[in-house]
Amino acid sequence: MAASPAYGEEKGGSSSLGEPEYGHDPASGGIFSSDYKRHDDLKEMLDSNKDSLKLEAMKRIVAMIARGKNASDLFPAVVKNVACKNIEVKKLVYVYLVRYAEEQQDLALLSISTFQRGLKDPNQLIRASALRVLSSIRVPIIVPIMMLAIKEAASDMSPYVRKTAAHAIPKLYSLDSDQKDQLIEVIEKLLADKTTLVAGSVVMAFEEVCPERIDLIHKNYRKLCNLLIDVEEWGQVVIINMLTRYARTQFLSPNQNESLLEENTEKAFYGSEEEDGKDAKAEAAMLAKCKPYVMDPDHRLLLRNTKPLLQSRNAAVVMAVAQLYFHLAPKAEVGVIAKALVRLLRSHSEVQYVVLQNVATMSIKRRGMFEPYLKSFYIRSTDPTQIKILKLEVLTNLANETNISTILREFQTYIRSMDKDFVAATIQAIGRCATNIGKVRDTCLNGLVQLLSNRDELVVAESVVVIKKLLQMQPAQHSEIIKHMAKLTDNIQVPMARASILWLIGEYCEHVPKIAPDVLRKMAKSFTNEEDIVKLQVINLAAKLYLTNSKQSKLLTQYVLNLAKYDQNYDIRDRARFIRQLIVPTEKSGALNKYAKKLFLAQKPAPILESSFKDRDHFQLGSLSHLLNAKAVGYQELPDWPDEAPDPSVRNVEVPEWTKCTSREKRKEKVEKPFYSDSEGESGPTESADSTPWEGRGVLPAKTLPQPPELASPHSPSEEEEEEEREKKAKKKAPQGRKGRAETSSEEASTSESSSSGSDSGSEAEAKQRKVMRAGMGGCTGIPVPPIELPISTPCSPPAARPAPRRFPCLIWMTVSGCLKYANCCGGALSSPCCLLVQLLSPAFSAVKTYELLHRMAGEGLAVEYCFSRRPFPGDPHMVAVQIQISNNTDTEVKNLRVNEPKPLSGMRIQEFPEIEHLAPGDTASVVMGIDFCDSTQAANFQLCTHTRQFYVSIQPPVGELMAPVFMSENEFKKEQGKLMGMSEITEKLMLSEKCQSDHTIVQQLTSAANVGRVPCGASNEYRFAAKTVTSGSLVLITLERREGSTAQLTINSEKMVIGTMLVKDIIQALAQ
Amino acid sequence: MIHSLFLINCSGDIFLEKHWKSVVSQSVCDYFFEAQEKAIDVENVPPVISTPHHYLISIYRDKIFFVSVIQTEVPPLFVIEFLHRVADTFQDYFGECSETAIKDNVVIVYELLEEMLDNGFPLATESNILKELIKPPTILRSVVNSITGSSNVGDTLPTGQLSNIPWRRAGVKYTNNEAYFDVIEEIDAIIDKSGSTVFAEIQGVIDSCIKLSGMPDLSLSFMNPRLLDDVSFHPCIRFKRWESERVLSFIPPDGNFRLISYRVSSQNLVAIPVYVKHMISFKENTSSGRFDVTIGPKQNMGKTVEGVVMTVHMPKAVLNMNLTATQGSYTFDPVTKVLTWDVGKITPQKLPNLKGMVNLQSGAPKPEENPSLNIQFKIQQLAISGLKVNRLDMYGEKYKPFKGVKYITKAGKFQVRT
Repeated sequence: MAASPAYGEEKGGSSSLGEPEYGHDPASGGIFSSDYKRHDDLKEMLDSNKDSLKLEAMKRIVAMIARGKNASDLFPAVVKNVACKNIEVKKLVYVYLVRYAEEQQDLALLSISTFQRGLKDPNQLIRASALRVLSSIRVPIIVPIMMLAIKEAASDMSPYVRKTAAHAIPKLYSLDSDQKDQLIEVIEKLLADKTTLVAGSVVMAFEEVCPERIDLIHKNYRKLCNLLIDVEEWGQVVIINMLTRYARTQFLSPNQNESLLEENTEKAFYGSEEEDGKDAKAEAAMLAKCKPYVMDPDHRLLLRNTKPLLQSRNAAVVMAVAQLYFHLAPKAEVGVIAKALVRLLRSHSEVQYVVLQNVATMSIKRRGMFEPYLKSFYIRSTDPTQIKILKLEVLTNLANETNISTILREFQTYIRSMDKDFVAATIQAIGRCATNIGKVRDTCLNGLVQLLSNRDELVVAESVVVIKKLLQMQPAQHSEIIKHMAKLTDNIQVPMARASILWLIGEYCEHVPKIAPDVLRKMAKSFTNEEDIVKLQVINLAAKLYLTNSKQSKLLTQYVLNLAKYDQNYDIRDRARFIRQLIVPTEKSGALNKYAKKLFLAQKPAPILESSFKDRDHFQLGSLSHLLNAKAVGYQELPDWPDEAPDPSVRNVEVPEWTKCTSREKRKEKVEKPFYSDSEGESGPTESADSTPWEGRGVLPAKTLPQPPELASPHSPSEEEEEEEREKKAKKKAPQGRKGRAETSSEEASTSESSSSGSDSGSEAEAKQRKVMRAGMGGCTGIPVPPIELPISTPCSPPAARPAPRRFPCLIWMTVSGCLKYANCCGGALSSPCCLLVQLLSPAFSAVKTYELLHRMAGEGLAVEYCFSRRPFPGDPHMVAVQIQISNNTDTEVKNLRVNEPKPLSGMRIQEFPEIEHLAPGDTASVVMGIDFCDSTQAANFQLCTHTRQFYVSIQPPVGELMAPVFMSENEFKKEQGKLMGMSEITEKLMLSEKCQSDHTIVQQLTSAANVGRVPCGASNEYRFAAKTVTSGSLVLITLERREGSTAQLTINSEKMVIGTMLVKDIIQALAQ
Repeated sequence: MIHSLFLINCSGDIFLEKHWKSVVSQSVCDYFFEAQEKAIDVENVPPVISTPHHYLISIYRDKIFFVSVIQTEVPPLFVIEFLHRVADTFQDYFGECSETAIKDNVVIVYELLEEMLDNGFPLATESNILKELIKPPTILRSVVNSITGSSNVGDTLPTGQLSNIPWRRAGVKYTNNEAYFDVIEEIDAIIDKSGSTVFAEIQGVIDSCIKLSGMPDLSLSFMNPRLLDDVSFHPCIRFKRWESERVLSFIPPDGNFRLISYRVSSQNLVAIPVYVKHMISFKENTSSGRFDVTIGPKQNMGKTVEGVVMTVHMPKAVLNMNLTATQGSYTFDPVTKVLTWDVGKITPQKLPNLKGMVNLQSGAPKPEENPSLNIQFKIQQLAISGLKVNRLDMYGEKYKPFKGVKYITKAGKFQVRT
């Protein structure tokens, strides 16, 4: 298209001054010619070679779009520029495309290939932006393409791209809801993502696509809670709202035993964060004795992790936390949100409006919460009326016996306000206070009566209405007021007020026997000019008087009824006819007549003045539906607490025993450890017994890590310490992100924190691996091991140098299990690190198999053997370390032993061992060389030279040695396995040999066949292992499932299919032997 | 979430529209205009309006209505907060958030809106990130752009978005490394007729202007942190450090930002720096009234009270005012009935006074209530709560920054009832 050839010239051309000038010419010409061909000038500019012209044109087009003008006829001209190299032009083209693609679907398809190309770009931001635009184009034809793109992006390396994928999910869903099932799969995958960047977006997608699939949250619940504080603010709002709903379905109501709780709430729940573990435990026990309810630790986790967010600068986040506490927290704890909500009242008036609505609802249920902040709700004359009225509502809700006098004094100032709507609302509020608080009823009533002489009619009318309601409560004592009000009928014109007065006189005509007929007389006179509601009340009054005082009012009543008979309004005519039949006895009228008095003058219940915010809390607070007091589209009902708690174990993730901290005590201890834990370095043998070293470690910038330490190598303790020192230094230097915040409560926090900080998954895993290993070591050295086994348990030299490596695993096993037993006796808390140690150490020890490189005969007395030491090759992590053992069986000295002329196949690299200058007869030398096999089992060929001879040798690696173990959690394993389905999965059935019946031997056999790390697994009949190929770092996941008898099924997931197939063969051989 | 956004000026013109999902017709704004008409006052337009097919959530900022169209349930505060963030961003970019500024920079506005929301869900709202994506217009840059043909769109991609510290961009460099903190406290008060305080509290903010190279890690401590009762933080602040040590520890964003806002605990009595003597009365039959106000200093800790301005919303019945001011100047707007008296500095020797006659509409009943007086003032070099910054330490970088702290006390919502 025009764009690409133009680009080359652009740089030279546009820098000369004349060019931009030229840009304006066609534009100005276009204005005159626009009569018959609109936008011709723009088209011309878009077709030109100059980016500056294109940019100018695009800017004008965007300005048109912004003003809402139609620019759709430019579509073909614009869409051509989608591949333009100039980034600003491109962006504006995107803007245009997203706006008009829906209208011009066929033409829009032209642009798709550009985005598809963009999706493969090595730059993550280009991938993200391509996906973003592609998914924003609402063209149904490309749904499959979008689906594919989303799926791919969901497993992208870059969290930013994954975030974009999450954003794209609701877009696709709104375009084609049939894709729901597939999209849910993607959501499920993204929910498991551990980065804070993705969390908010994917929960948003979840809420839009499948809010009913609450089961997807179980596994991610704790992770979400722990990540929450580091998620960006908008994501926090969405996550908190979703978790509120989740918690309502999964936990029991914390207030179910309110009465029992009453006595010890203060102690039991207040600020339980601060109290140390022991107290909590003791109290939990105490509580357990007196009541059955104990809060689920997950419930507590949520409350604890959301609390700091009350300090957010974002009002939406504060509100979200507030509603979470309101709906989920035990009564005694809800109070903490009041302060934060009051703070929001200083914000913009729109924020105030929303917050006050919610405060009004909350203050009905939990009045005490806002009482200390009463004065913050005082009204200023500058507040907008809608804010004033809401504040008034809150003040009214907060009124009680103790503060009513101050509130009433405040109300008195309000009544004199110039804002009459507000005054009317104040009078209503006074009425409500009077009904709610009996003590002040008389005071209020007097005040209101005074208002009756107010000059403003609206005020008087409102007072009348309120007084009427108040009088209904104790009519007998207030005949004076009724008299006073009767006088008002001459002046007051507001229909509602007149109607109220008439009703009042009619209802209590017995208390004002003299005035009532007179009022009726006056009203009869003006009947025809009254409003309808007044007329109805006049009829009503007439009827009541007729029944009580027929002597004086009989004629008047007849007169009124006759007037009403010919009224224009049929309601009034109806009423008149009905009442006449009812009260005036005739022959025809039946039994009802006798009861007329009872009908009209029955005792009527006093109206209850209620807040309009009552019962609004059945809507989730802070929601649009709550604000409107009506269900909004897409509102998710807040479920009621369940009666029985659903199974809490569904939230258990990655059951790795060593992270599962059952004892509360231990958990607390960790929380209190300072984050920049210095204990690692000097951790004495006793201290390292608990898992602090890897627990305290949070963000560990992956870049500063040296290459991954070898899993199984038994470091000497001093080495270990040295390394830690070094690492500590590196850590101090490295920029520390939000470390302080990472000190969240439980152990998952630190794990997930560290993972989120890793630059990519690879080094992340390494970091973790390292940590875990250290835990293992710490556990091992820390325990006072029985003396006999001690020397064995701390081996100092590399395994290959040992004479009988085969014997090792068993010894280590024994040692460790010894430790284990010991630890179990001591308290049980330590068992887990030891298990880990076994799992990670045993493979390497058991695996050392030697191969022959050069036979003694062929080598003329020189024998060379090699083995794969399974240590990472120092200096190059992509190389497999090969331990070579050369023994000189001749009787002369061998000199200058070296590797010569390596002839590696393409891509293969060999790092030679340093030349051995002398090898005395009968001596043996051991050297290490590194070979990068490029993940293939091709042999590495080279010459082995001595000072006299050359031998052609080759090393062929068993496939199992081309990988290095990876530590991952069960969840990660599953996640990764999910990505490697289809072609990448190989499944094979096998028969386990007789000796391979115990767990231990199976693991041992398998790890000796391949250099893999064990992955924890919940099921007892399943074994999982993971590794990464040394060169390319592709994952190799192995699952072995034991079936009945001695059959088993082996599944290998790996991108490298060749490796997978070969590995299957090797493993089957190892297990079936 | 947010479907579309319309910007409407005070005369009811829709001068900008942006859609993040399918296009919503402008006619949806008719519901808004209806509500606006009903509300009489711009302040009283309900922020949330329900229409048959959509919900409209709007804010009013700087004489512009930001009206967003929503289709499904969403926390209203979420939208309101976001719209304010949009307005803040405009302010940040163009110096003001006015109709002309937006119209002049419509392309940048459009690009900003495009970056800030994706499919209606906020994407990049941090000013540091946005400024890397889209450079704010400056005179210099617009000249350079027109000559070289380069653009306002950053060609490097923002680093912050991907880092652990999303509010700060990488590779910041300054020749002069400076960190300034403004401690600004506002006194909210309601003073009743007799001069006694009905309600008073101190609200404060610390605004920072940080121009430091690299990745500085700052910690700011106070002499008396216990004064702060309720604090809200910029996301950069490490919450746990504050909880445990009462130290603000953070890696700051680059440039201007609000570090914290706080409320001083209500137990402390609030010193009220000014007093007002007032005598306002309206006579029933002569359709005139008297107006006499004196402002004087009180509990000002030896500092001068300056920038004093009094605004009064006079009752509707007031036609005109004939006043004499011993100091400063006054204006009365007969349309809005707002009296503004710009006093300036208060010198205790000669207290400023405003005195004179009020002309009322003849025949109208005399106003029921006296208007309340809104006072503004400023006191330099004083934090009325007594809050003091103890020290600022920087870690992570080698250079020595220049540090400065400034204290100001202002009147917030300071109202005297008469």
